[in-house]
Amino acid sequence: MEDISHLKHTPLRALHLSLGARMVPFAGYEMPVQYPDGVMKEHLHTRTAAGLFDVSHMGQVIVRPKSGKIEDAALALEKLVPVDVLGLGEGRQRYAIFTNAEGGILDDLMIANRGDHLFLVVNAACKDADFEHLKKGLSDSCEVTMLDDRALIALQGPHAEAVLGELWADVSAMRFMDVAEADLHDVACIISRSGYTGEDGFEISIPTASAADVTQRLLEHPDVKPIGLGARDSLRLEAGLCLYGNDIDTTTTPVEGAIEWAMQKARRAGGAREGGFPGADRILGQFAEGASRRRVGLKPGGRAPVRGGANLFADTEGKTLVGKVTSGGFGPTVDGPIAMGYVDATHTDNGTTVYAEVRGKYLPVVVTALPFVKQTYKR
Amino acid sequence: MLKFTDEHEWLKVEAGVATVGITEHAAGQLGDLVFVELPETGSTFAKGDTAATVESVKAASDVYCPLDGEIVEVNQAIVDDPSLVNSDPQGAAWFFKLKLADPNAADALLDEAAYKELVA
Repeated sequence: MEDISHLKHTPLRALHLSLGARMVPFAGYEMPVQYPDGVMKEHLHTRTAAGLFDVSHMGQVIVRPKSGKIEDAALALEKLVPVDVLGLGEGRQRYAIFTNAEGGILDDLMIANRGDHLFLVVNAACKDADFEHLKKGLSDSCEVTMLDDRALIALQGPHAEAVLGELWADVSAMRFMDVAEADLHDVACIISRSGYTGEDGFEISIPTASAADVTQRLLEHPDVKPIGLGARDSLRLEAGLCLYGNDIDTTTTPVEGAIEWAMQKARRAGGAREGGFPGADRILGQFAEGASRRRVGLKPGGRAPVRGGANLFADTEGKTLVGKVTSGGFGPTVDGPIAMGYVDATHTDNGTTVYAEVRGKYLPVVVTALPFVKQTYKR
Repeated sequence: MLKFTDEHEWLKVEAGVATVGITEHAAGQLGDLVFVELPETGSTFAKGDTAATVESVKAASDVYCPLDGEIVEVNQAIVDDPSLVNSDPQGAAWFFKLKLADPNAADALLDEAAYKELVA
């Protein structure tokens, strides 16, 4: 067995172990990859009822304006992200990315306007670097604090709203990407209607001391089952969502990564606050002229999964390299293999067949619109 | 004669032909299988060569040839329904039949008690 004794723990570790989880190292944490039900059942349960995920390894960061004016924090943060933060209303959340000077992506994150401060959720593997990046970029005008006393869980799936409503909080008025404070079993939590599965659902930030208790109570509901990282990955892949470090990273721009939608008008050419973020020249240039490659959905023709790292060719002999798979596996809801990756600009049209190199063979893979399953966000 | 390898394959040897599969322990560790690729009948392998590939939702894993030999039959049933490997790994979900180059070579492999100890 792999030695995992040096890894960090989330506040829910004992609960995972009591549920029979198989624990693996992930981003410096010991995390549940699956429970006894297994990845397949966990995935399907999330799509048909409600799945509960421990995402406490992610970083929760508060950005508080020294002036007391939220606009000052928004404008300061806009220097690091190509996103309209100023236009984000109170109680609303938005997807964002940190860019570097070359237009690459340092991390992806969520930004919420909590009235007198901004609340950020960043990836576990990047959180220390993100925190330094934020302090360096914002400390003139803002106090930046990494919260180390809160857990984060996600409740995802078509029954998530009803489960939360039954157990404590009426969240039916919340829309996708709303953020609100609510008491769950007398514990003050921050709830956002968002997630990483393509399903309607919620992410819930809980004070560490109450995290296991609140989570256990949610798990007592017959519709709720615990879901590990394995199904989290297959769910997000079916939903066409990027995994930072696989599908987007410092070498990919938002245009190449096909996440232009994350950049609102205000930050694009001709917008009220055009540019002004790291890598703006390159990114806005690609907006105007297109990029030489693009992230696309990929549907393998047969039953064989095509995994991240597989090279993509224009031909069946491996002569003309046209791209690379960045995430790939099996989609339990799709009931077949699915993947995403980068192809050069001449192979991005839906329906284009390219060939993935798998164990010395060249398997046909068709460029396909994302997502693979219909997203069911409550907009 | 039932034998095991430390790579979690089982072999049932009859008249110099070994029926080969993966153990219950291995199937449990791999999780829900969604794809199986088997070798071609007539192909030959040395001990330790990759003879088959199994894929779960999450990852691909190699299945090694436990001894030198020639593939004389493969089990199409697990290609058609990979979940059979999870439900009956040491029965209906055998992978291939291997005509052993040396019929006595299996003697040196682990017996059931030794394998159970290995995975305990």
